[in-house]
Amino acid sequence: MQLNNIGKKVLTVAALTALLSACASDNDMSSSDDMSNRGMEQTDSSVSGPGAVGTDRVDSSQLDDAPAAGTQEDLIATAGERVHFAFDSHELSFQAKSILRKQAAWLKQHSMVSVTIEGHADERGTREYNLALGQRRSTAVRNFLIAEGISGNRITATTYGKERLLDPGQTEAAHAKNRRAVTVVQ
Amino acid sequence: MVLTTHFRKLLVSVSVLMVAFTNAALAQLEVDITRGNVEPTPIAVPSLAVDGAGSTPAGTLAELAAQISQVVSNDLVKTGLFRIIDPNAFISVPTVENIRPRFGNWRALDTQALVSGLIRLEDDGQLKVEFRLWDVFAERQMTGLGYTAPPRNWRRIAHLISDTVYERLTGETGYFDTRIVYVAETGPKTNRVKRLAMMDQDGANHRFLTNGEDIVLTPRFSPTRQEITYMAYYNNTPRVYLYNIETGKHEVLGDFPNITFAPRFSPDGNSVILSLLDEGNSDIYVMDLRTRQVRQLTDHPAIDTSPSYSPDGRYIVFNSDRGGSQQLYVMNNDGTNVRRISFGNGRYGTPVWSPRGDLIAFTKIGEGKFRIGVMRPDGKGERVLTDAYQDEGPTWSPNGRVLQYFRVQQTRADGSGGQVNLWSVDLTGYNERMIPTPTEASDPAWSPVLRLIPGG
Repeated sequence: MQLNNIGKKVLTVAALTALLSACASDNDMSSSDDMSNRGMEQTDSSVSGPGAVGTDRVDSSQLDDAPAAGTQEDLIATAGERVHFAFDSHELSFQAKSILRKQAAWLKQHSMVSVTIEGHADERGTREYNLALGQRRSTAVRNFLIAEGISGNRITATTYGKERLLDPGQTEAAHAKNRRAVTVVQ
Repeated sequence: MVLTTHFRKLLVSVSVLMVAFTNAALAQLEVDITRGNVEPTPIAVPSLAVDGAGSTPAGTLAELAAQISQVVSNDLVKTGLFRIIDPNAFISVPTVENIRPRFGNWRALDTQALVSGLIRLEDDGQLKVEFRLWDVFAERQMTGLGYTAPPRNWRRIAHLISDTVYERLTGETGYFDTRIVYVAETGPKTNRVKRLAMMDQDGANHRFLTNGEDIVLTPRFSPTRQEITYMAYYNNTPRVYLYNIETGKHEVLGDFPNITFAPRFSPDGNSVILSLLDEGNSDIYVMDLRTRQVRQLTDHPAIDTSPSYSPDGRYIVFNSDRGGSQQLYVMNNDGTNVRRISFGNGRYGTPVWSPRGDLIAFTKIGEGKFRIGVMRPDGKGERVLTDAYQDEGPTWSPNGRVLQYFRVQQTRADGSGGQVNLWSVDLTGYNERMIPTPTEASDPAWSPVLRLIPGG
């Protein structure tokens, strides 16, 4: 079943993100496991402040197993696969745009690759509203990538609303992590 | 009433029993359900008297007699309006030979109402149950009905007895012969497995309708057919489906190029209203199930979703952020005359029009909480009924007196908690209780009264 494959892919991505984050000394967006050890303030600033999703500091050439070109792992190492949003907003922040420009550059480099943008919301909105909100977010990302010169035919936008939390916690930090759009290589 | 045109032969047939004994009633026994904190009415539901021996594929007559009385007791006690007298205290119970109660023995237990009856097996293998509701203090029979049905339908007989008792004592339509469809949840919230599931209103006859491979959300019953509409993911894309309860068939609704979600039937059952996503913008559409014609009702760059018809089909309530935050709006059924109705503090979502037409239930978001509330269709008379971390997605009982919804518990400091379950509350705000389900549960939807649905 296709959905299951995607589910597994997402899981792998999450695991890998955690791994990469662990490698990067000052990468704040890491797996949910170590969230509990972080102060609320620090985690908050990691989402909104500069360097959010700072996968750019991970030099893929230094990893023992450099990801194969054009794969999801490669996208994560080169550009970062997700961007985050403010509450009830689909506006792309300065940081988000910076990541998406790298994604666009990566997509230009790998012109055969198609991606799906998955828009997500935190659990603090009603289910159906959040499906619509998630789609607003994925569409904002898709439109940005198109404006950066990527063909719309290569980019599908969909929504998961609040159905696939990245962090099951109920703190503001967890909610902020969950408000995201994830670029997934097809 | 629209539903009566679909009324047809029942699996359970009903006959009115002659009033056995009358007394000039002094004060008539009545249960007031408009106030929430009333003292529950004491009622006794002794096991049915068994008329003759016999066994059925569903159990012996004695077993069925006890089980039917138990189901009736459970139905009544869960309304919060009744207190069931402990059977161990009974002094004497009506028998087949002597169905007239010894009222003094019941008055001694402070019982105000008594449900008695008898059960027997007919020559054709059908189960026959006769029951009577007695006003103990007036020494008077309030109602008496006989039900004939295949033995396997004994639970429905019990629910119909509960309906009749409830109706006779409260003056409102009963809602016990109904089902709940909902989403059964398992696994971590980062990779939740969600399955469609259905059960009788009291939790019996539970079954799963999907296997959990795909995320399913927001099921809703057809008001006129054995049908459910819901949303499910397929190939990464949310789409609206129809599920036929009798055939077990799932079918994609319509040939939409885009994501469809938030489906709900029109009151005549002939249309499904839903949201369609186009380039990140959601608007409300309606599809006629007979012609498959689609009509767009809202055209606004805002999020327009969660539509619900008024019971007369003339109006639609929905939520939209067109004014800057999520609020409730009502429009005519052709999309004209849109006006905002929610003006309290906070945001409002998931509006659902009461089957009686007098109220709209909603989820109110504010002060760090999600709470269930109701307001009149003009937005006045807002009342919040629940108070918890996250209560969401109300659904009405068919008589418009009870709401079910799902509650997400707050997680504790150690990371435990966070469970999701079904709950119900009376319109009065009292009698809040959790609905037991085999797994965690969300997105409940109450069926119409089954006896009004063909094949129900």
